[in-house]
Amino acid sequence: MSGEFTPKIVMFACNWCAYSAADLAGVSRFQYPPNLRIIRVMCTGRINPNFILQGFENGADGVLVAG
Amino acid sequence: MKQNKTGENTEGLRVGVFICDCGSNIAGHLDCAEVTKYAADLPGVVFTKENLYTCSEAGISEIQNAIRENNLNRVVVASCSPRTHHPLFASSCAQAGMNPYLFEMVNIRDQCSWVHMGQRDIATAKAKDLVRMGVAKSTALEPQKDIESSVIRKILVIGGGIAGLSAAEALAGMGLEVLLVEKEERCGGLMLGLNVLETGKSAAGQVSDLAATVAATSGVTVHTASRVIEISGYIGNFRVVIETPAGKVEDTVGCIVVACGAVPLVEEGLFGYNGKDVITQMELEQRLASGSFKAARVVMIQCAGARNATREYCSRICCATAVKNAMIIKRKYPLAEVHVLYRDMQMYGDEKEQMLWDARGMGIKFHVFDQKKPPRVGDGKVTFQHAVLGETKEFTVDLTVLSTPLVARPESSQVAALMRVPCDKNGFFLEAHAKLRPLDFAADGIFVCGSARYPVTSVEARTQGLGVASRIGAILFKEKLVKSGIVAEIDQETCVGCMGCLNVCPYEAIIFNRETGVCEVKEILCKGCGNCASTCPSHSAVLRGYKPEQLLAQIRAI
Repeated sequence: MSGEFTPKIVMFACNWCAYSAADLAGVSRFQYPPNLRIIRVMCTGRINPNFILQGFENGADGVLVAG
Repeated sequence: MKQNKTGENTEGLRVGVFICDCGSNIAGHLDCAEVTKYAADLPGVVFTKENLYTCSEAGISEIQNAIRENNLNRVVVASCSPRTHHPLFASSCAQAGMNPYLFEMVNIRDQCSWVHMGQRDIATAKAKDLVRMGVAKSTALEPQKDIESSVIRKILVIGGGIAGLSAAEALAGMGLEVLLVEKEERCGGLMLGLNVLETGKSAAGQVSDLAATVAATSGVTVHTASRVIEISGYIGNFRVVIETPAGKVEDTVGCIVVACGAVPLVEEGLFGYNGKDVITQMELEQRLASGSFKAARVVMIQCAGARNATREYCSRICCATAVKNAMIIKRKYPLAEVHVLYRDMQMYGDEKEQMLWDARGMGIKFHVFDQKKPPRVGDGKVTFQHAVLGETKEFTVDLTVLSTPLVARPESSQVAALMRVPCDKNGFFLEAHAKLRPLDFAADGIFVCGSARYPVTSVEARTQGLGVASRIGAILFKEKLVKSGIVAEIDQETCVGCMGCLNVCPYEAIIFNRETGVCEVKEILCKGCGNCASTCPSHSAVLRGYKPEQLLAQIRAI
């Protein structure tokens, strides 16, 4: 294998805090690695373990739940 | 049958994808044309379009025309944040005849172009992924209906002091019906016991006049010597039960105002308090009002029972009250000696600061003491150590007046429990946000004003009462209340009634139906957090718009 390992990260973000923070990072032009895929939920209370496992099953190397 | 890569049926799906350049905000950092081309090949997509600004009038009409001409049944806009633009696009889709809940938004600006600047290829590749995920989610969306509820144009006001009366007066003035509940025999609250206001007007006179005006206004029902014993329901439709001397009264209201005020602290033994020659400011006011005040040498002690370990807060109004009363005494008896012992004088506002200067000019003496060395009161003397001069001073006094704080009424916790609204650690009602929503509770349709929330002057209490009336007018003059259809639902067939969801619902929006033995969602109370959906062991509870298949479609497309 060649090249550096870049993990694919799926993030479940609460609409009211973490998702807003991700928007704010954009508005502030903070630069971060592009290997993050954000999925918006209305509250991280919506996330059950199945969604996290499905993330891994579908090729994610890391799952972040932020809220 | 058309199928997408993961084998899902795309039959009947007609997705339109709109990629926004956002001027150069997006197009400057990634290749929008390439993303648009990519989107055209995604399963279910029948129409794609790149817009300079999708949110402009031109952009919106392009979406609407595409819906009509291409018979779109899903619309995906890849642009900025759904937090700001989802409502605009969804309602535009609705205007063109598409169910607004079939609209999905992809964030390729705030969460892509702006955070991967100068990496055009990488940002373009990520934007494609995000659009793919958004389209996948859109295909799993279902049409929903907004939730509508009726509004009862009647308000329950709890507390007939200056704040509650002001709210009632303004609400009745708008033509709304008001139910005012006062626990005492007559309305007026604390102001009935005060002497004169800073304006020189009689406090009791002013509040009594207001009470009379309110009681005489058509549409206002005043229940004195009564209390609210039951409240249920939600914004627009509360059911309330009031215990009156004539028996229980049941009614329905659209909104509720909490204006039950506060009481001055009276603590036996505090600086030798005895209600005779050591009294509170409130008692001094009463003596001044009744003409029974008699003293030539007066010492006032500020922060008595306040700003200590038990009550950390500043009661705000005591400094101005002390200065006001000291000036009244001095004006009436110029030879009287009046000393004010303080830790910090807080005369907030320009006018009150001027009052303090005027008071000094009149010969009222102000002395600072240290909290650790409080004044000693006894045997007709007040002794204290001056915090600046360091000397011990002793005054012979006829009357010691304690500026005690306003404290929450003991009943306020019961009132709070009726509506499940929060109080702070001092027992005052806690508003939704100190700066952004100072008169609202987090629970919709319930408001707070006056000293129930925090000690205020009569002017502030009145202002807050009027403010609450305006907040309520904005709600009750709507024909009906409309809220998002993104709420939870519970499958009545598969629910086993374990009540697991009931415990995790922060909004008490789930009830257990004893007859059917299963749980039900009260849609109007549901805020769409989905806690129930992730807790339900039988997967009977789901959150509309965020159902497992909808989120999984997005996850599978990562």
